[in-house]
Amino acid sequence: MTPPQTADRPKERLEEVVIRFAGDSGDGMQLTGTQFTNTSAVLGNDLATFPDFPAEIRAPAGTLFGVSGFQVRFSARDIHTPGDAPDVLVAMNPAALKVNLPDLKPGGLLIVNTGNFGPKDLEKAHYDSNPLDDPRLEQEYRLVKLDLNEATLQATKDSGLGSKDALRCKNLLALGMLYWVFSRPLSTTEAWLEKKFAGKPEVLAANLAALRAGHTIAENSEIFQGRQYEVAPAPLPRGTYRNVKGNDATAMGLVAAAKLSGLPLFLGSYPITPASDILHALARYKNFGVITFQAEDEIAGICTAIGASYSGALAVTTTSGPGLALKTEAMGLAVMTELPLVIVDVQRGGPSTGLPTKTEQADLLMALWGRHGECPMPVLAASSPADCFWAALEAARIALKYMTPVLLLTDGYLGNGAEPFRIPEDGELTPFPVRHWTDPEDFQPYRRDPETLARPWAVPGTPGLQHRIGGLEKADITGHVCYDPDNHEKMVALREAKVMGVAREYAPLEVFGEASGDLLVLGWGSTFGSVRGAVVRARQAGKKVSQLHLRHLWPLPPDLGGILERFERILIPEMNRGQLARLIRGEYLREVVSLTKVKGRPFTTAETLAKIEELLG
Amino acid sequence: MTTTTSPVSYKKKDFESGQEVRWCPGCGDYAILSGVQQVFASLGVPKEKFVVVSGIGCSSRFPYYVDTYGFHGIHGRAPAIASGVKCANPELDVWVATGDGDALSIGGNHIVHAARRNVDMVVLLFNNRIYGLTKGQYSPTSEPGKKTVSTPFGSLDQPFNPINLMLGAGATFVARTVDTQIPHLKKVLAAAHAHRGFSFVEILQNCVIFNNGAFEHITSREIRDDRQVDLRPGQPLVFGKELDKGLRFQPTSIEIVSPEEATVWNPSGRSGASAYRISMGDERGELPVPIGIFRDVEAPCIDREIHAQIEAARARLGEGTLHDLFHSGDTWQVGAAD
Repeated sequence: MTPPQTADRPKERLEEVVIRFAGDSGDGMQLTGTQFTNTSAVLGNDLATFPDFPAEIRAPAGTLFGVSGFQVRFSARDIHTPGDAPDVLVAMNPAALKVNLPDLKPGGLLIVNTGNFGPKDLEKAHYDSNPLDDPRLEQEYRLVKLDLNEATLQATKDSGLGSKDALRCKNLLALGMLYWVFSRPLSTTEAWLEKKFAGKPEVLAANLAALRAGHTIAENSEIFQGRQYEVAPAPLPRGTYRNVKGNDATAMGLVAAAKLSGLPLFLGSYPITPASDILHALARYKNFGVITFQAEDEIAGICTAIGASYSGALAVTTTSGPGLALKTEAMGLAVMTELPLVIVDVQRGGPSTGLPTKTEQADLLMALWGRHGECPMPVLAASSPADCFWAALEAARIALKYMTPVLLLTDGYLGNGAEPFRIPEDGELTPFPVRHWTDPEDFQPYRRDPETLARPWAVPGTPGLQHRIGGLEKADITGHVCYDPDNHEKMVALREAKVMGVAREYAPLEVFGEASGDLLVLGWGSTFGSVRGAVVRARQAGKKVSQLHLRHLWPLPPDLGGILERFERILIPEMNRGQLARLIRGEYLREVVSLTKVKGRPFTTAETLAKIEELLG
Repeated sequence: MTTTTSPVSYKKKDFESGQEVRWCPGCGDYAILSGVQQVFASLGVPKEKFVVVSGIGCSSRFPYYVDTYGFHGIHGRAPAIASGVKCANPELDVWVATGDGDALSIGGNHIVHAARRNVDMVVLLFNNRIYGLTKGQYSPTSEPGKKTVSTPFGSLDQPFNPINLMLGAGATFVARTVDTQIPHLKKVLAAAHAHRGFSFVEILQNCVIFNNGAFEHITSREIRDDRQVDLRPGQPLVFGKELDKGLRFQPTSIEIVSPEEATVWNPSGRSGASAYRISMGDERGELPVPIGIFRDVEAPCIDREIHAQIEAARARLGEGTLHDLFHSGDTWQVGAAD
């Protein structure tokens, strides 16, 4: 083959690119996307990812419901979402094409694996005829047709792997092609493969061969007409970065909290999508002194954590909506016994089993009020994958300082999504050493710190501090069982005052944009990125719109009411049926416009922008 | 932080909390409480090491009355709470007080998994075959046909046999004793404590209000020597007032024989097959009811294993630091490095 004339054509510079990899759930699309992300991260791009996969582990091959997708947006500037519509779509089979083609931007690059477009594949995707024969496809998109199966078999024929196993490397071949198109080095993925398949030389050889073949094919064949692109590093704040998924960031935040407090970390947890990755991540931190206890059920997950908290550990339980429901009785016990505990709810589509792999924010009101009795606890929410680190750290700090359970809300979109995380520098994180109570002189288990109202944390094994706690109402100060009506009312008020007191230490709220105006877009949790994108664009168009995003859902920030008063209207976008909107109406008697979405998918910037434009004309 | 340890010579009253005990007059729980306090005083363990955990029910008020660390939990969850207490700090001496409803109904999942994991703790199951605190409903150990407020026409449920349930769950120490037989109770509890691992003790306990006399056919003074056989490790299976009868394991049955012919009891067999057979009794009810130690075998305890795994990881990788935490993946620099 003669090298194409266009080989040394200059690279085009792009501000940003959105790629979506789509294939069968067994095609390795999540892996491919993750590798592209890590490579782009090391190049210094800002990025955001959106993995979108079915609940079935290996759905029947070639079916529409078995399509697994991974969207990555990489950029030369600061970005907050994985992008609305992809510029590039890699479709490994007809089903992936059918599901994802409607999202591809007009004129976008469409890479199709023709090796999987046989009559049976078309039938499984409910295509009457081969869509690749439709001339409009080539008119509307930059279509690249290649038999990736055949190319992979060719590339791997010397690896020693049988053809069935060798074919599984086709995702690496596609990845190699895109690395050439977007001027990325192979080294990050090569190093990863060498580590992953260290004990399997044939598998390693086949994967490396496929990756490199993809790169060579893209460079030397005419399929891309030699068109190559570059996306420059983003001007992120100075520092050392790594790429993190939200669930991994949550785990890191909890380990950091254990280190900064000087306590061992104990996780009691039961596997549940999409929270299990926090358990997996923490299970690897054995040499950090982390205990992970995979309990027999959700209730045992929180109850072992409560027991460990009584023993003096920084105790955590992690779950998703259905599991949070199962834990609610024990959350009441943690409130009554006033033990520190972090409860992480990685929200998913509900109710019931709902949409286990899809995202939603519909547990807010359960987190705030979904318990028996008067049962307040601080509730926080993370706003981006990297922010999960900071939110988890703060949740743990509040729990330990105030001797209270704290609920941290993230969601499937944050937990599975990834973005660059600026690593805190040495000394940037302030230690908050925790000392258990040791003084037996007139010790009373429910005598409170006058400032925080926290009770002393006296742990078993400490001489002279033997005491009993439990779910029955406690007498003020002594902690004895007490049914006195006035005491109960007093204790309810004390527990509430303690939790409400947490708000005193919040930093002042920061409004993005002017401090007053026509419209405030108020959000919480994972909608941050799409709202920011929409507000930026509306402001560029001259609209008087600002953004406020809440970290603390309970207690609400003391300065929130004043900010709300300075705007004509308030828009609250959330992935539920208006739960924060209800809270704001109820707490501030303020009318708000609720923008809701419950499709198991995050808001696009365009959706939020359209609502802003509708409201402001 | 433990800087000093308490003296380890105690009397029973050192374990009395001073809180007013609120069980019904005549309840079997009083005798059990007294027996446990005596045993605690005799073990040579500093009192601050004891943690008594319970669930919900009459028996679960137990922690309030013992002057140790105590945790009155929620219904059925005591084994889970206790597992957390023990796994976070294996130096503690953890005891669970529970009942037949608490442990075997609402908490059934937790007790079998605590047994399977061999968490080093002693579980005292007060079995009175009735729900007391909720006023008299039948329990998962009630006999079929039992008429109660919730089964006015007789219960249709088949009961659990707590002993063979726990044998099936892999409990490494399984025993039975009786609320009114204090010397036996103390002996069994001391053996349960000496066992390293999950120790399960069923205590036949009388509820004077809702199920009075539930175990009269086994425990009344006049007949109990003939109706009970004490499973003593290394001793022949003999019973009767004059110890004039014995039990012998046959291939398909257990027969009453002379004391000389009695099988010598061995609770340490790995399979637990003999324990299972004797716990099942016989169809005609002719065999005496076994009390004492059914099973006593050594096995790794998860609470120690967890910490051993952590220590092994530390030895291999070094103590993890914040710097290690943050720099474990691919990293890159933005802007000039210092």
